[in-house]
Amino acid sequence: MSTQNSRPLDRRRAVARILRERGDALVVTSLGNPTFDVAAAGDRAQNFYLWGAMGGAVMVGLGLAQAQPGKRVIVFVGDGEMMMGIGSLATVAVQGAPNLSVVVIDNEHYAETGMQPAHAGRGADIAGIARASGFDAAAQVRTEAELERAAQQILHGAGPVLVTVKVSTDPQPVALPPRDGPYLRSRFREALLGTDAHQ
Amino acid sequence: MNWPQKIHEAFQALNVRQVSYVPDAGHSALIRLCDQDPGIRSVSLTTEEEGVAMAAGAWLGGERAVLLLQSSGVGNCINMLSLQHETRMPLFMIVTMRGEWGEFNPWQVAMGKSTQRVLEESGVYVYRADSPEEVPAQVAAGASFAYQTGRSVAVLIGQRVIGTKNFNK
Repeated sequence: MSTQNSRPLDRRRAVARILRERGDALVVTSLGNPTFDVAAAGDRAQNFYLWGAMGGAVMVGLGLAQAQPGKRVIVFVGDGEMMMGIGSLATVAVQGAPNLSVVVIDNEHYAETGMQPAHAGRGADIAGIARASGFDAAAQVRTEAELERAAQQILHGAGPVLVTVKVSTDPQPVALPPRDGPYLRSRFREALLGTDAHQ
Repeated sequence: MNWPQKIHEAFQALNVRQVSYVPDAGHSALIRLCDQDPGIRSVSLTTEEEGVAMAAGAWLGGERAVLLLQSSGVGNCINMLSLQHETRMPLFMIVTMRGEWGEFNPWQVAMGKSTQRVLEESGVYVYRADSPEEVPAQVAAGASFAYQTGRSVAVLIGQRVIGTKNFNK
């Protein structure tokens, strides 16, 4: 639960903390800041960045998690993206996905488009929606200590896991990863599948 | 001809491992076959665009997916189709048509009328079957085109193939 008077978490540091021990985890990001946050933590072939397709990131993660049951799949999404694809939480919970974790980087705003207030800051509780949709592991994080515990759940917990990380709206340095779709696709598949990527 | 059975056999021959759907009466037999197939992860969706995104994830992970939907659901997919379009990953959809031959529900007509054009305008290659006999060849050709060339393909199964009695009216 929330600690009074603590500064809101910094999104870049929170994402970097979660990914520090990622091992061979596969990462999918939703458009906008989650893509930039993950790139800032270290661009690599095992990251698949979405630059559009809003609302689809969790389902990209489910398809990937089903295809790669031996690997942890972590999907980083914004709170606006998560609300647009909110039904996908029910799909994931009903289907089951033991190796899938969803991390909502929740600044309660549409930061990319002019900082308009978003539902997550106006009463919509994304972790609560996940729980009500059938996620056994769904939590909200506001402090460093909570983030430490949640990171273990995200990296190793029985999925599907959803963690909403409440973060500040402070501006962040630019961190733009590649955005050429076929390049991102082939880089990811080759790292994962080797020469089978080109069959 | 038992065309749903033929499509399921095609899925097995193509090594399709993930099938997602928003249920439609026209797809009910095929959905049942996929649900019962231990070699296929069969995923019920809340809305059709989820299946577009899931197919991209499956491909990234090295598996082939198919999305089953009704013509009305094509409209829900439009922006998500940009995912395969921009990454040139395959997408294979089988669309059962409503709002055309013998339709009784006027609310189906708008999307039924525009399904093919909407798909084509979104960059999807469209194949069509208007008799049960045409289904296997269209599915085989469409799937091969999608998976081998990294394009989005929809096979439309005409309302005449499905028959009005399936609608319980």
